[in-house]
Amino acid sequence: MGETHQIQPPTRYWERTEEDGKNDGKKQKEGDNNEQTPQQNNTRTKKGGKRGGKRGGAGKKVISGKSDPFPGSAPVPEEKLKKFRRGVKGELPPRPQYKLRDVVIRSEAASDLAQKQNARYDLMLPEDAGFLEGDEDEDTCTISQDDIVDAVDITAGAKYFNLTLSQFGPYRLDYSKTGRHLLLGGRRGHVTCLDWQSKQLMCEMNVMETVNDVKWLHSEALFAVAQKKWLYIYDNKGIELHCIRKFNDVLRMQFLPYHFLLATASATGFLQYLDVSVGKEVVAICTKAGRLDVMAHNPHNAIIHLGHSNGTVTLWTPNQREPLVKMLCHQGGVRSVAVDKTGTYMVTSGMDKKLKVYDIRAYRPLQSYFLPAGASCLSLSQRGLLSAATGDIVQVYRDVWGIPVTKPYMAHRAKGSVWGVHFCPFEDVLGVGHGEGFTSMVVPGAGEPNFDGLDANPYRSAKQRQEWEVKALLEKIQPELIGLDPSQLSQVDHSTWEQRHEDRVQVLGFDPLAKEKFTPRLKTKGRSSSGKVEKRKKQVAHEDQRDVIRQTVEDRMKIDKERKEKEKKKAAAAGQKSALDRFRK
Amino acid sequence: TTRGMLSDSRVFDACENRKSKAPKKSRIKKTEAVREEKKSPTDFRLSRLRRDSSGTSRSNWKINTMIMKTNNSIYLCRQSLFPSRNSCSPVQFRNSSFIHIHAMKVKVLSRNPDDYVRETKLDIQRVPRNYDPSLHLFEVPREYTRALNATKLERVFAKPFLASLDGHRDGVNCMAKHPKSLSTMLSGSCDGDVVWNLTKRECVRTLQAHEGFVRGMVVRFCGTSFFTVGDDKTIKQWKMETPGYGEEEEPLNTILGKSVFTSIDHHQKEGVFVMCGQQVDIWDEQRSSPIRSFSWGVDSFSCVRFNPVETELLASCASDRSIVLYDMREATPLKKVIMNMRSNTLCWNPMEAYNFTCSNEDYNLYTYDMRYLDKPFTVHMDHVSAVLDVDYSPTGKEFVSASFDKTIRIFPKDSGHSREVYHTKRMQHVISIKWSSDNKYILSASDEMNIRLWKANAAEKLGLLAPREKAAVNYSQKLKEKFLYHPQIRRISRHRHLPKSIYSQSKELRVMKEARRRKYGLLLYPYHNCLPYSGFLFSTLPEHILNTLVCNSQTTEVYTLQYVYQ
Repeated sequence: MGETHQIQPPTRYWERTEEDGKNDGKKQKEGDNNEQTPQQNNTRTKKGGKRGGKRGGAGKKVISGKSDPFPGSAPVPEEKLKKFRRGVKGELPPRPQYKLRDVVIRSEAASDLAQKQNARYDLMLPEDAGFLEGDEDEDTCTISQDDIVDAVDITAGAKYFNLTLSQFGPYRLDYSKTGRHLLLGGRRGHVTCLDWQSKQLMCEMNVMETVNDVKWLHSEALFAVAQKKWLYIYDNKGIELHCIRKFNDVLRMQFLPYHFLLATASATGFLQYLDVSVGKEVVAICTKAGRLDVMAHNPHNAIIHLGHSNGTVTLWTPNQREPLVKMLCHQGGVRSVAVDKTGTYMVTSGMDKKLKVYDIRAYRPLQSYFLPAGASCLSLSQRGLLSAATGDIVQVYRDVWGIPVTKPYMAHRAKGSVWGVHFCPFEDVLGVGHGEGFTSMVVPGAGEPNFDGLDANPYRSAKQRQEWEVKALLEKIQPELIGLDPSQLSQVDHSTWEQRHEDRVQVLGFDPLAKEKFTPRLKTKGRSSSGKVEKRKKQVAHEDQRDVIRQTVEDRMKIDKERKEKEKKKAAAAGQKSALDRFRK
Repeated sequence: TTRGMLSDSRVFDACENRKSKAPKKSRIKKTEAVREEKKSPTDFRLSRLRRDSSGTSRSNWKINTMIMKTNNSIYLCRQSLFPSRNSCSPVQFRNSSFIHIHAMKVKVLSRNPDDYVRETKLDIQRVPRNYDPSLHLFEVPREYTRALNATKLERVFAKPFLASLDGHRDGVNCMAKHPKSLSTMLSGSCDGDVVWNLTKRECVRTLQAHEGFVRGMVVRFCGTSFFTVGDDKTIKQWKMETPGYGEEEEPLNTILGKSVFTSIDHHQKEGVFVMCGQQVDIWDEQRSSPIRSFSWGVDSFSCVRFNPVETELLASCASDRSIVLYDMREATPLKKVIMNMRSNTLCWNPMEAYNFTCSNEDYNLYTYDMRYLDKPFTVHMDHVSAVLDVDYSPTGKEFVSASFDKTIRIFPKDSGHSREVYHTKRMQHVISIKWSSDNKYILSASDEMNIRLWKANAAEKLGLLAPREKAAVNYSQKLKEKFLYHPQIRRISRHRHLPKSIYSQSKELRVMKEARRRKYGLLLYPYHNCLPYSGFLFSTLPEHILNTLVCNSQTTEVYTLQYVYQ
């Protein structure tokens, strides 16, 4: 019986067939046959072990004799793993370099483990992203803010509000890095900052001068205001800390949080960087491109994008006096630029009323849309929503770089013409500064649902903020490290090594790493005739190439074999009759 | 009540039309509002019922009625009047039915602050994590900055000197570790003999062991007694315990030898010890004469050591520039390698016990594999004067060397250069060195009567570490390793302050090495490059041998020279 009825246990208990049950009954009847049972058990565990594969602790038996149907830890979905993959796995060094090989194997195992653990942790994240779905025929853009507010809970509903500030508008705005604090700057000098969730006013003042732009610095304790003539730094009580006269006629500002750099673009065509941690100007670059009033920064690599009136967008770092890249994006002038947080896409709008999407890794246009009114302000949210302000209407688009969109995701009319739009980080909120004040608009699905407490924590206490500030200052990235590829620092510098090797070869007069040339041994008894020597030389010629060729041939054979097998399977599947075949003519 | 109405930009083309006819502000008349309390915030389904007043889809006015659906009952929420938008036909009116119900699903991020802040002040702060790489920008530059900071901090905290044990009245000649007690250490000077307690850093016991120099001392493997040899040709065995009150300090055993002994070592397990002077003698503790004597040539020996793993094996340094290996069970020595200059001491690697390192007079240390003595495994350079003593760490990964140039250097076992150099203003020629058995401290005995206690890792924090502290240390260690080859980090981590004399001398040696390389046109790797006397080797060689050597001696073949020479 042992041999004939060695049935693999079912993977799920409900898959157990009747026959199986019968066998069990039989076995119980033949319980006196003691030899059979352990044998069967043995085969079972063996199979269980095979099924469990490498996941370890396969098919552990419990006292009742059953084996664990789900041995080892649960598998992690491939997609989740992919999210946490960094770089590509290189090839292992050859066996003779066993020490290096060992190091590589071990470090790769460690990174695999980290990746897996991260992916597992991803399942435990507490929040899900927001969304808005209409009925099957309904456009989400027709849903008004009131409808959304009615539908959602009271705290989320409170995020839609208007501030009527008609006196000193139009307003520019900025959210702090955690998304808790809002800074508003009215064109006619009204500057205010507030904790917009609790609606607590932190300070309010009138600087009695034109305000061009406002920007939070690294935390909510400091902010910069670009006024008519100079750049000013205030603290959150509204006390003027610095007036920086080296920075004049600033029109737009961007803050690079990891570098502690405030980049300013001025009406005189200067791009200046201010290191806010030490208060020194890092570099002042004359762009020679006239008035600079379009500016964005790439959060992925801290490169500044400037839009110009001749339709070009230029990319800048503090390390180079010339632009890294010059792109002709529009026929007319560029009105606004935005870059997404992964540093992959750039969205621009121009006087030619077009909205264009570029892949800025390849500098390739992806999409071009025509907006009848043209977009004056652009902003990208953490989850890739694009808000575009056309006149007094704010439109929000979803996934502009994918398949061409025809309709906006959401739309809202502000009371005055829009002057600044900004998505709030970690919230489903879009702030709109306009002529009549400020509107906070609910845009479901805009914000990243799960923040990282060590990076930007909206709920941090004062103590936590202080600690974060110290740590952030300690790991301030030097401006010299700004470049197109921020991960370049972790890559092997082959070119320098090659250069050094060349120098060494020149100094030594020979290549110490060169392979020795093959010289055939002198053999006696006529075996070293010139013909024979040539033959022996031929035997070892192109040894390195031969290996490569052998490998490629093997690979090709393998692929062919796989393809054939697949075809065979397909043919077999085609041969099988399905239930629907009866309807075939 | 009047509220703002949404704009209707549905299609891009439509937008243009709409631009000319600016959308009117709509009026929403709230006629009735019956609202039921929602069961939970997640119950966000909202149904809207729209009624067409004229029954056709393209009418000018519609009545929009809000209905909330809960438990199959329909409540009338709100009735509103909308102006129709002629440009974009409302597709909601799919058929000509009078009433059409449709639904909208919405979810907006709404966090409960209680989930993110601590409950009471006694709790620790909550730190929710999200490891998504897209939230952690500039990963590599930030890690690099951290690594740079860690490297700088390491240099800031590199304070290796712990204590100096003074009390000897003459230069300290030898030291011995206690095999069982970490805190006990023995030192022998040119006038007497002292036992130290390291934790209190005080002398526990002083005894006048010999007349003249104490040449060597070793603690028996059980830790109850120790042996000393001196210039007075005697071997004495002492009890480790301090004699009681009124008892006289007397050795357990005294043996009078025939000649002066220079070094002593004890067997790992048996009551057998070995001494060297004019020959290598193996003694049984019970007998008053050696059970075996080895000699190979007539010269004297400076050091002898038992192998810690293969316990019957011995190695000794002789003054005829040779290192000789013995097996205690055999009558004759095993192997011999002759070097260019004399080796002072040697030490077996306690983990890979087929390797040993010897400290040589030619400023270098040589690590040999016992099985392949024809060339050294690694040559460790950096000292600028004769190396006097060497001792391995108990992990077998590093060793420490003491030199006549008044410095101590720590070498990784397979690296040609030192990772660390210790010196102080007052330390003179270092004669003896020991690495403590817990791998944390180094003891150096020098000419000017002091024994110094050093940390093995200069920047290490002593004492207990909290788990988070430990994690931070490990993390920064890993970062330093990761970015080690970046020029800035490498420069900082390698920077050491050297006394001026040593600095200039090492520079001079470097110049000499370079000159030799230019002159002979070959890489004198690494056997002769620090050796000021090695030039003569080449000048005395016959022309044809030199030529053959030059042909195939791009890297390591130079080692064969010494045999050619001999």
